[in-house]
Amino acid sequence: MNNFISLNFKVWRQIDSKSKGYFEYFTLEKVSLNISLLEALDQLNENLITKNIRPITFDHDCREGICGSCGFLINGQPHGPKKGTTSCQLYIRNFKDNALITLEPWRVKSFPVIQDLMVDRNSLDKLIISGGYLNTGTGDSPDANSIPISPEKAFSSFETATCIGCGACVAGCRNSSSSLFIAAKLAHLGQLPQGISSKKERSKRMRNQMAIEGFGQCSNNLECEAVCPKEISADWISWMNKI
Amino acid sequence: MSDILNANLPSENIEGAWGKTVKDLSNLSIEKKKTFEIIIVGCGLSGSSAAATLAEEGFKVKLFTYHDSPRRAHSVSAQGGINAARAESEDRKKEVIDQLFEDTIRGGDFRAREASCQRLAELSSNIIDQCVSQGVPFAREYDGNLATRKFGGALVSRTFYARGQTGQQLLYGAYQALMRQINLGNIELYTKRDILDFVIVNNIARGVIARNLIGGNLEIHQSHCVVLATGGYSNVYFLSTNSLKSNATAIWRAHKKGANFANPSFTQIHPTCIPPKDSYQSKLTLMSESLRNDGRIWLPKKQNSKENPENIPENERDYFLERQYPKYGNLVPRDVASRRAKELCDDGFGIGYGSKGIYLDLKDSIKKNGLKEIQAKYGNLFEIYERIVGEDPTKVPMKIYPAPHYTMGGLWVDYNLMSNLEGLFVLGEANYSVHGANRLGANALLQCLSDGYFISPKTITSWLANNNDVDKVKIKEACREALYLVEKKIKSLLSKKGNKTVDYFHRKLGEIMISKCGISRNRKDLKLALTEIERLNKDFQLNANIPGSNSGLNLELEKALRLEDFFELSNLMIKDAIEREESCGAHFREEYQTKEGEAARNDDLFSHIAVWEYNLKKNTHIRHSEKLSFKKIILNTRNYK
Repeated sequence: MNNFISLNFKVWRQIDSKSKGYFEYFTLEKVSLNISLLEALDQLNENLITKNIRPITFDHDCREGICGSCGFLINGQPHGPKKGTTSCQLYIRNFKDNALITLEPWRVKSFPVIQDLMVDRNSLDKLIISGGYLNTGTGDSPDANSIPISPEKAFSSFETATCIGCGACVAGCRNSSSSLFIAAKLAHLGQLPQGISSKKERSKRMRNQMAIEGFGQCSNNLECEAVCPKEISADWISWMNKI
Repeated sequence: MSDILNANLPSENIEGAWGKTVKDLSNLSIEKKKTFEIIIVGCGLSGSSAAATLAEEGFKVKLFTYHDSPRRAHSVSAQGGINAARAESEDRKKEVIDQLFEDTIRGGDFRAREASCQRLAELSSNIIDQCVSQGVPFAREYDGNLATRKFGGALVSRTFYARGQTGQQLLYGAYQALMRQINLGNIELYTKRDILDFVIVNNIARGVIARNLIGGNLEIHQSHCVVLATGGYSNVYFLSTNSLKSNATAIWRAHKKGANFANPSFTQIHPTCIPPKDSYQSKLTLMSESLRNDGRIWLPKKQNSKENPENIPENERDYFLERQYPKYGNLVPRDVASRRAKELCDDGFGIGYGSKGIYLDLKDSIKKNGLKEIQAKYGNLFEIYERIVGEDPTKVPMKIYPAPHYTMGGLWVDYNLMSNLEGLFVLGEANYSVHGANRLGANALLQCLSDGYFISPKTITSWLANNNDVDKVKIKEACREALYLVEKKIKSLLSKKGNKTVDYFHRKLGEIMISKCGISRNRKDLKLALTEIERLNKDFQLNANIPGSNSGLNLELEKALRLEDFFELSNLMIKDAIEREESCGAHFREEYQTKEGEAARNDDLFSHIAVWEYNLKKNTHIRHSEKLSFKKIILNTRNYK
């Protein structure tokens, strides 16, 4: 069995947020089927560096799908073709020999390009800063078992709390809406007894901030759910709309 | 013993000592607190929780991280859970605290301070209360109470969890508390910054030199004290379970400015990780150890076997852990399992890429319990494995191999979490405190939160209350000096336009470190490693290629700055491993083992913390020691045979 293939890359290149971008083509030979797409980019970058060509910039860190750093459009799709998978967990065995892989940054007004495939997602943090938390300080918390929570409720809250803040939902939406991102946070906190009383206020603040940051309105075509690497359900957007 | 090693430990009975210490610590009024500025470096569990708490109390906090958002810190990757000593009734409280205390000390093989471990156990219960009130969705039982599970060979069930993503959920709790304080205007957040040096005046930390990773420019930030919460240094091995940007730069730079380094060679290797499959592999992914409950570990009896595992008949398989440890079998402790695997692979029995792998076979469990039951237990792990390896572990035996996972060593701190440099506090994995020579499973998250939420806010306040004289003229001078040194370092790196990449050198360094200062160590190989690394470092200085300039983003320069520090740190790790002539916890010296091949501790000579001081003038290291005394617990040895 041949364990190596060749790949062609069409990559968005942009030196900084003020410059104009363009596509550049690269060919990479002897790519192991057993490495990830990001590792193939590492390999390509090492080749480029020894040829004195500027390496391709992309964000990444944990490389196991949990930190939310990585993410770009792979053949037009946020995080690529595999369902429930971040870019860093996409392996070369999912591509054919001599395939052309097009890589572009998230195309979102609220995520300005920093360089090549790396974008500035500070606007997502600003949504959390506006109210994505409970108003609890340190110390003097009541006993953790003083309010019982059913396992189903706890798990449902947990599932929405698994959002990694990668921004794929925004990049996948034709309106660049961050509805699923804030719905996930509101559902995480609003399903727990600790967060029920402050639910309305939190929702108001976060939705307000969403408009300030320039995110669009929900497009209702569920692309956010389809591209979410943590498979968070878009039903939570309807849930949010009833708060 | 010189006074730099005064650990400020409580003098009387360690039980309840922390509570008494807090009463004796100085406090400040809110108005006074507003006049102090605190710099915190690192936004993981300990950094975020300390920042949120200090800001809430009234201090002005500046938080620095190289991430684009604090939510991405490596704490997010912790899977298993968080230990806490919680009792259903008041009269069982002491019992559960004592259990956690004892397991922590024993797990660390008697190389941590009793008083700090006691405090950890005492604070643990409140930490769970704190997290729940922030909205951390821990798993629950049918009756609505918090669920627990057994973890890491413990006999009691006291690990709280949120599926396999406990670190993520705890981090988001701290992150949200942090974001709330930002909204209230109490914290200034500086993202995309690397801290490259420190402003030290009269042996007191008064600021940092940060590099703005987007602009490339250097910034001076002054403060009344500095908190380092920058995590561990497993990436010295290149391939580890750590996130790729995790690095030692901040603690190493602080060390070179005078902060002592404790037990740098103490590193934990996790036995069940997915092994590398190609030379461009960039990290190793952990598979939960629980798999060893149902998986049988084996290797072919034939050396250099390239045969498919399905074609190897039973009588040609060596179930080596079952053979060597009939009583514990596949469930021997982490370090024992790792060592036995390494020995056989070194002797040519290993399988897969580079012959660095062993089989973990679920076939017999599936036959016995049915595929359905095994799927229900490990389904999510199988998914991760299949995504990465491309094989179905219920059909083909899993390939696994040990990987560096956690560093117990770190900057030396006293009971107040302050280094020997005044005003330099060190939290979480970056310090050396409670884990001794081996960390107990599910204690990492616990330590981070107890350092960040409960200990450091109290001790930092007290220190500031007694140290408000600031020598402005001297600080200015020290800033200029530190800035100059960083500029020089960057200039020198950017002048390297050779023909080898930074990653090439990092990979080579990792190969030396894992083979000679990893799972097991011996004097001869350690000495050899010193020369090999020196040679590699020379090659780096001459032939590295660091492209680009210092204006704007330069990821290769970031990596090069970190690698230079890893080179220096690896040297100290090896020296520390040479000097510790005993085997303890995760530090296994082949010369010091029992007839049965078990670790042989030497309490007469090494019942101490090795504390390394850097001598700037001579560019050398001096080894000090802080004696450990055990009053609550009696020193003994373990036995798994």
